[in-house]
Amino acid sequence: MQVFPFIVVAWVLAVGLYGIVTSRHLIHQIVCLIVVQSSTYVLLLGIGYRRGAVAPYFSDIPVHTPAVDPVVQALALTDVVVEAAVTALLLSFAIQAHKRFGTLDPHELVQLKG
Amino acid sequence: MTAAQRRWLFLAGAAGFAAFYLWGLTGLPGFGHYPGPYGDIINRIAVAQTNATGVVSAVNFEYRGFDTVAEEYILFVAAIGVSTVLRQLRGERERAARDEAVGRRVPPTSDAVRVLSLMLIGPTLVMGWFLASHAQTSPSGGFQGGVVLATSFILLYLAGEFLVFERVSPLDITDAVGAVGAGGFAAIGITAVGLGLAYLTNFLPLGSTPGAVSSSGTIALISFFVGLEVGAAFVLIVSELLEQTLLLRHRS
Repeated sequence: MQVFPFIVVAWVLAVGLYGIVTSRHLIHQIVCLIVVQSSTYVLLLGIGYRRGAVAPYFSDIPVHTPAVDPVVQALALTDVVVEAAVTALLLSFAIQAHKRFGTLDPHELVQLKG
Repeated sequence: MTAAQRRWLFLAGAAGFAAFYLWGLTGLPGFGHYPGPYGDIINRIAVAQTNATGVVSAVNFEYRGFDTVAEEYILFVAAIGVSTVLRQLRGERERAARDEAVGRRVPPTSDAVRVLSLMLIGPTLVMGWFLASHAQTSPSGGFQGGVVLATSFILLYLAGEFLVFERVSPLDITDAVGAVGAGGFAAIGITAVGLGLAYLTNFLPLGSTPGAVSSSGTIALISFFVGLEVGAAFVLIVSELLEQTLLLRHRS
């Protein structure tokens, strides 16, 4: 089970990509993109994890206590928030696409544009 | 390309990816045996160097501060993008949303939801403020605090007070707060340059007690500005999307 978390990463990534490739609805496609992105969080936090270590907050513990990697946590943290805003941007594109073309099926949207 | 062809093409690619991925995993140190020295070094020196006991915040707003500026501007641009994409286009007319299925039974917002939302607005606001201003000592910071701050405004909408929601978060003020947040971060960096230091160098006094609110110099200040920016961005995004729902814009 030493590599199990990393297999989960690949699985989440693959499931999300499969959803994007086969999707028939823009909103569904955007949700799939979020799933793909979630795999990066599992990967980052999985890499930084260390058995028996504490969170990297030294307010009430000695500085030399073994702690997990703070760098990957910082990366995941900022990305969670930024991802939410970018998702909102994508959703507003979907709203405009629906207004303009009357459909949210990516397949039909491609055909409309030729 | 048909849907079936696309699926097979993807599955072939996925099989190749799986093969290389599994091969790559064989050489990887196992889960829980983190080998990188970088995080260890930061964990050891961050408290002494920055007087911040929350090392994740120290990484975010100090060691990788330059990266966080970019992240914050991605957020800023995304929020501007939402309001640009959803702006009133030529030929669009605004009208209040009309019930498209008149006669169906719509349950009114229950009193329980209203009361709970109204009750939670105050505590959520305080919580957001606390999170945004305690980056240096606890697992918090501007990003989390900003989202919680925006939540308190969204609770106001949930309590059924859309007009109040619009009144307390008018676009001009939200924009101004967002701009102050985004500009403040960059300004702190440039101030350091003006003092003859590298961009985003921590030039403020670090305080004497590690983890105190007054400690960690620019880390706490940057976190505060990020909180303003994130909170304003999310209020802007939510109000744009709500306006889209409640005031339908139709091409005529």
